[in-house]
This record gives sequence, structure tokens and C-alpha cells, in this order.
Amino acid sequence: MHRALTLTRRRIVSSIPVLLIVIIGTFLLLEAAPGDAVDAYLLSLGGGDAGLVAELRQSYGLDQSLVKRLILYVGALLRFDLGWSVAFDRPVLDLIAERLPNTLWLMGAATALAFSLGSLLGIVAGARPGSLTDRALSIGSLALYAVPSFWLGLVLVLVFAVALRWFPTAGIETIASGKTGLARVADIAWHLVLPVSALGFIYLALFLRMMRTGMAEAWRQDFVLFARARGLARRRIVLRHVARNALLPLVTMLGLQAAAMLGGSVVVESVFAIPGFGRLAHEAVSGRDAPLLTGIIIVSAVLVIVVNLLVDIAYAALDPRVGSGEASS
Amino acid sequence: MNRVAGRLMRSPEGVAGFCLLVLLAAMALAAPLLFPGDPLVIVGRPLTAPFTDPALPLGTDRLGRDVAAGLMHGARTSLLVGLATALVALAAGALVGTVAGLAGGLVDEALMRVVDAFQIVPGFLLALAFVSVTGASLPVIILAIALGAWTGPARLVRAEVLSIRERDYVASARVIGMHPAEIALREVLPNALPPVLALTAVIVATAVLVEAALSFLGLGDPNVVTWGSMIAEGRNVLRTAPHLSIVPGLGLVATVLGVYLLGEGLADAMAGREARG
Amino acid sequence: MSAPLAEIRGLSVSYGRDDARSFALQDVDLDIAKGRRLAVIGESGSGKSTLALALAGLLPPQARIEGAIGWPGLAHPPVAGRDIGMVFQDPGGSLNPVLTIGEQVAEGAVRHLGLDWRAAQSHALALLERVRIPDPQAALGAYPHQFSGGQRQRIAIAAAIAAKPGLLIADEPTSALDMVVQAEIVALLDDLVREAGMTLVFITHDIALASGFADDIAVFQRARLVEKGPAQAVLTKPTHAYTKHLLAAQIDFSTPRLIDGAADA
Repeated sequence: MHRALTLTRRRIVSSIPVLLIVIIGTFLLLEAAPGDAVDAYLLSLGGGDAGLVAELRQSYGLDQSLVKRLILYVGALLRFDLGWSVAFDRPVLDLIAERLPNTLWLMGAATALAFSLGSLLGIVAGARPGSLTDRALSIGSLALYAVPSFWLGLVLVLVFAVALRWFPTAGIETIASGKTGLARVADIAWHLVLPVSALGFIYLALFLRMMRTGMAEAWRQDFVLFARARGLARRRIVLRHVARNALLPLVTMLGLQAAAMLGGSVVVESVFAIPGFGRLAHEAVSGRDAPLLTGIIIVSAVLVIVVNLLVDIAYAALDPRVGSGEASS
Repeated sequence: MNRVAGRLMRSPEGVAGFCLLVLLAAMALAAPLLFPGDPLVIVGRPLTAPFTDPALPLGTDRLGRDVAAGLMHGARTSLLVGLATALVALAAGALVGTVAGLAGGLVDEALMRVVDAFQIVPGFLLALAFVSVTGASLPVIILAIALGAWTGPARLVRAEVLSIRERDYVASARVIGMHPAEIALREVLPNALPPVLALTAVIVATAVLVEAALSFLGLGDPNVVTWGSMIAEGRNVLRTAPHLSIVPGLGLVATVLGVYLLGEGLADAMAGREARG
Repeated sequence: MSAPLAEIRGLSVSYGRDDARSFALQDVDLDIAKGRRLAVIGESGSGKSTLALALAGLLPPQARIEGAIGWPGLAHPPVAGRDIGMVFQDPGGSLNPVLTIGEQVAEGAVRHLGLDWRAAQSHALALLERVRIPDPQAALGAYPHQFSGGQRQRIAIAAAIAAKPGLLIADEPTSALDMVVQAEIVALLDDLVREAGMTLVFITHDIALASGFADDIAVFQRARLVEKGPAQAVLTKPTHAYTKHLLAAQIDFSTPRLIDGAADA
């Protein structure tokens, strides 16, 4: 556990300057937008006189210089104050805190689906490289990998919600159903089946392909020949010796894909009308809500850092070489 | 180079990808000839079913626009965005990677932290923010997508530069008194390019998908037809005319699949491997 | 002499199509005597490793095999691991980097001796003691990267003999190790074979190393067996030019014998 702790500390320390770059960059990018939050706010009110404009600008700190506002913003961030959403007229942090859990459920379930099924099918394909099953899975996964998630979502809706009526077409739960406890959890899970599939299938294909490649590589290792020379059961060779080693790069990929998956949830949440973090981003763009969008980007960067931290810990648990100077990255 | 082409044409992946892309490129090039005029113009009765009107072979959408024309012109947009994004991302990545690798020290450290920063922000969110700030037009969208795609090439080029820098001939070039920028252009870049080209397939495919997603969310260039916007438009009549969403999606799948297949075939061919399963 | 453990008759192993076949082994006749130590000597590419893989039934599926290997010394066709143990050249690569030493030494015993994992672990502990791994109890839970090259080879040997095979094939087991460790590994193999009455096939390019403890010697050159016989005879009165050449190249260095009193056993 000591290795994992050292690793965690190192990762957190090295993340601080990177996060600062993200904050400054995002702040500057959204500063470059024509018009500011007050303009957007006034637009929503239908205009206002010059006195109101000046007063509002002052209350948001918009009359200060750019550098001063940046310092104010970073200072506020340190107090976990992400600013005020113009479009929703609520604190940004509250909005994000309200929406984030839905997205975390969606991403968590999609990751679990993609990782478990992807590595399982990858083992099936990689157990006998070059076999008919292997080739079929290889071609199938490449085709699946080329499918845009939002379009896959629509096709799934068409087939499983409109035609077969097995699942709801949209939403995160039945509105005003009055369900509580387990019944509500089941209801949410039922609503999430299609969106999770739409988001997860691409990663399923990715993990399948990685597992397959990793297994092909592992078969060529000396320790597999040694295992065969000891007459071990094929099942044991495939699972403990080949697949166990091929799994390691998949865990790394889990961290690398966290950012892409968060981006993918924006579209999938829009397709299925899930009130999540991604949809909030879409709403922030539509509402020209710069403070909200800035907050969303910063929180997503923090989220990606946290996911990578967890992945590092998981990797250290799976690969005994980590931290011994012999790790294969 | 001929050997690579020969091996490519013997691999089933390479041939399939090549054929798909040639077909799509032909569609894109033929679009203005077969369907001159703006594909966004209303030409017929709304929601004409496919195969009912010889003048409108694939029917019309909810507003009465020609679906066939949209598909052909949409191929143009997708391929253009994919290739242009790859070009921008590769150029920017190569530049940053070379500077970081050659300069070393603090410059390298600072540039790599910037690369890290771009990698922890979801590329799609970044594109969304960039487009919302600058307004949607094709060049902006290409730039926005490239913002999330240049870090891969930058890392690769930097690593390649660092390894090449150690080799003798760069050292001797420096002795002769070449300018560092000249060393970069004449000695380092040509050597670093092959592995970077392997990344290109991924960048093109991702760019096509991200552009489609942006258009689907209504953030694409409103003045050109895109498959993403056609899917979004068709979504409104998903129950009654599902083909309006499904067909452009198939175009996207074909494009991305073609790019991946060709990329895989090329990678195998360049590595000198024969066709495999 | 009793019936040999294995009789190799007219064995050829080749790869490639009919018009471009390359032979890894060609027309080999060789007996492996039970309880004796056979040194198989040759340069890389001479076919000596192919012989090892052929004996253990580990040749790749595309290999074309002609001739036969008979096992008059066994009541049944040999099973890799149970009847034949193998040790390879690279002790770093032979062990799976992410599995514990305990699991890798014990798994052969679970498979072939019908032990449960608990019993197999204590069996593994005894094996690690026998191959003289320091602190074997701790080693059970450790991973390959925590050991030196020589120790890894000891562990690989323990894993190879976990199911008590009657035949141990060691394919260049010491050539990746330094001189001192080489001698230790050879001494260990010699001890283990004596104690358990195992038959040993020791494959090496180093005729000096082999001369130290082999009972019989077989010399391979370019896929063919060029000379075979009792070690004493081959070393003192070589008949084939290649053997003479190998001896001439080695004896000048007057290599000290690594194990005393073994050659004439």
C-alpha cells in the first residue's frame, strides 16, 4: 500500500500546475467571447438601462482589469466558489453538484460494461489467435468502433424503445412516479440501459481490440512456453498467464479514455434527455453562459485527474513491478 | 514506397479501406457536378418518400430538401473536416514537439505541462467552448477539433526528436553550424514523421466523429450540409421517417471505418508485415 | 544397461513449403538412457533446442515432423510437466512477472499431483528449500523481479520439477548467467538429478561445461547428429572433425572441471 500512497502523492503534486494551466486557459478563452455575462443576462431580460449595466458589471467584478479578475476567480476557486450561472441564475457549483451524479452513473455503468464485456470477448478472441471466432470478433469490433455514439443511441431508441417497446425512449426516471428506494433504483437502471449501451459500445470495441492485441503479444512470451512445458491446463494458461498480462494495458487505457468518455456523455445525454453534466455543458453553450461553461471545464479536468489517480492505484495493485524501477510504464 | 503499396494491396483491410474511401471521395468530388446548387434549398414536397420521385431518388426531408444531394455534399464536409483537422493538428503537434525536444530544459517542461493540460480537458468540451466563443463556421470548427487532437502528435514528435538528437548525424550537423531551426526541418522532422503518420488515421476518424457530434448538437456550420445536422434534422421525424437519420449515419460509419481500415492496412504494410487475420 | 527412457528414430523437423523446406533437425537417431546425464552439444541453430521441444511435444503447429520418438521406459506417452520437466535459457522470461513465486511453483503440482492449493503451497515451500532459495517462506509471496537472475533460474527449476518428472531437459540453463552463478546452477542440477534419480538432458554450446558432469555426449551440427557416445570416449577419442574442432577450441583454455568425479560415473 505504501507504493500506492507514494504514487498518489506524486500524481497530485504534478497535477497542480497542469490544473492551473487549464484554469487560466479556460478563463482566457471565455473572456475572448464577444459580450460578457451581463450582456447575456440583459438579453434574457430584454434589455436594460446603462445604470443597471454598470451596477451589474460591478457586482460581477466585470469592471476590473483582466489580471485582477483572473486572480479573483482563482481565489474564489480555492474557496470552492465557481461563480454564478447567468442562464440558471444559480451558483455554478450547485448546478454541477446536482447534475454530476447522473453522469457519473452513466459513465461508471458504461465503463463497467465496456471493460468487462470487452475484455471477456477479447479473451475469447485472443485465446485462439487467427481462429474464425477471432476474425469475426476483430471485424465486428472494428465496425462497432466506427459508430458515432449519438447515432447508435438513435438506432437503439428506434429498435428497442419505439419498435420493441422494451425500454423508455428518454429521461433518467419515470416522471412523478412516486417510486422510492429499490423500486426507484430499478427504474433509473431501466432508463439507463440504452444510454449506457450507446456510450459504452465504442469502448467495448476498443477494449476488445486492445485485449486481443495484448493476448497475441503475451502468447509469444517465454513464460507461456514455460507454462506449456509444465503441462498446465489450457484454461489456466489462457486466463492466468496470457489474459492476466494482457489486462494491464487495458487498465492504463481506462485512464486515457476518461476525458473522451466525458465528452461523449455530452451527446448521449442530449439524445436521451438525461439531466446530467454533459447536457449541462450543452445548455451552457446554448445559453451563452460563460461562468457555467468555465466551471464545467474545470470540474471535468479535476474529474479526469481523479479517474487517473484511481487508475494508477488499480494498476499498482495489479502489477507488482510498479514502483520497483522495473515497471513497464 | 512501392513495396508498401504492394503489401497494402495484398491486405484485406487495406483494400477494403481504400475502396471505401475512394468511393466516398468520388461522392464528395461528384457532388457539385451531380447536384449543382445549394443542397440546403427546398426543392420538393416535404417528406417525399425515397424511390417515389425519379428527380428526388432518396426523397426529401422535413423541409423538402433533397436527401441525395445532402448525402453527397455531406461527404464533402466530413472528408474536408477530417483531413484539414489532421493537417492542422499534425502541423501544430510537430511544431510544439520539435521545439520542446530541441530546446529542452524549462521550455520543454512548460510546453509539456501545456500538453498535459490539453489532455485532461475533454476534447469535445473544448471544441464546444471554442465554437461557442467564436461562432460556428467550418474553419473555426476545424480549429476547435484540432485543439483536442494536436497533443498526441506533439508527444510523439518530441520523443522522436529526443531520440534522434542523441544520434551522431545531428551532432555533426550542429558542428557544421546549422541554425537549430534548420536542423529541425532538415534532419529531425523527416525522421520523426513515419510514426506520426500512423496517428493520422485516428485523428481523421475522431475529427469526422466530433464534427458530426457538434453538428448534431446544432453547433456546426449552418451554411453547409453535414451528416450530423441531417441526423439531427431527421430525429424530429424518427418514428415516421427513420431513414432520414439512419442513412447519413451509415455514411459516417463508412467513412470512419474506411479510415481505420486503411490506417491499419498502412501500419501493417509499413511495418513490413504480410496480411493477417 | 536397461531399456532406454526414450528412443529417437529417424527424427526430422522441418519448416516451410515443399519447395523451400528448411530443416531444424534431420534424420536423428539417439537413445536417452534412464538415470543418466546426456549432454547435447552444438552451436545455436544446430538443432539442439528443436530436439528439446520435440521431446516435450512443444513444437509449433506449423512444424513438419517425420520419424518417431518412442518411450520404452514409460508405460504411457509422456505428459509435459508430469513426465518431462523443462528449464529454459532466460530465467527472467520464464517466469510470469505478475504472478507470485508460490503460485508458479505450485501450479504444476496442483495440475499433475492432484494436490489442493494449500498442499501445493507447502510442496512449493519444500521445493524452494531444495533449490536453496534464501527465506523460502517469504519467497512464496514474492514476485520474479525481486530475485537475481541465478535465483530466478533456481525458482524455474523448482517449478519444472514440481510434478516430479523422470526426465529433466535443461536448454542452455546457464548461458544467460555469469560464470560463478553458472557453476552453482550446474551443481544444483547435478544434485537434484542424483537425489531424485532423474534422467537429465543438458543442452549447451559449451563443451567444457558439459564435459564436467555428463555421462553421455551427443554433438549436433547443422541439424544433424554428428557424434554420440559415452562422455569419456567422445572427449578423449573424438571421431568427427567438428567434435575435434570444438575440443581443440576449448581445451587450450584448460577449463577447470566444474563438478568433480562425475564424468566417469
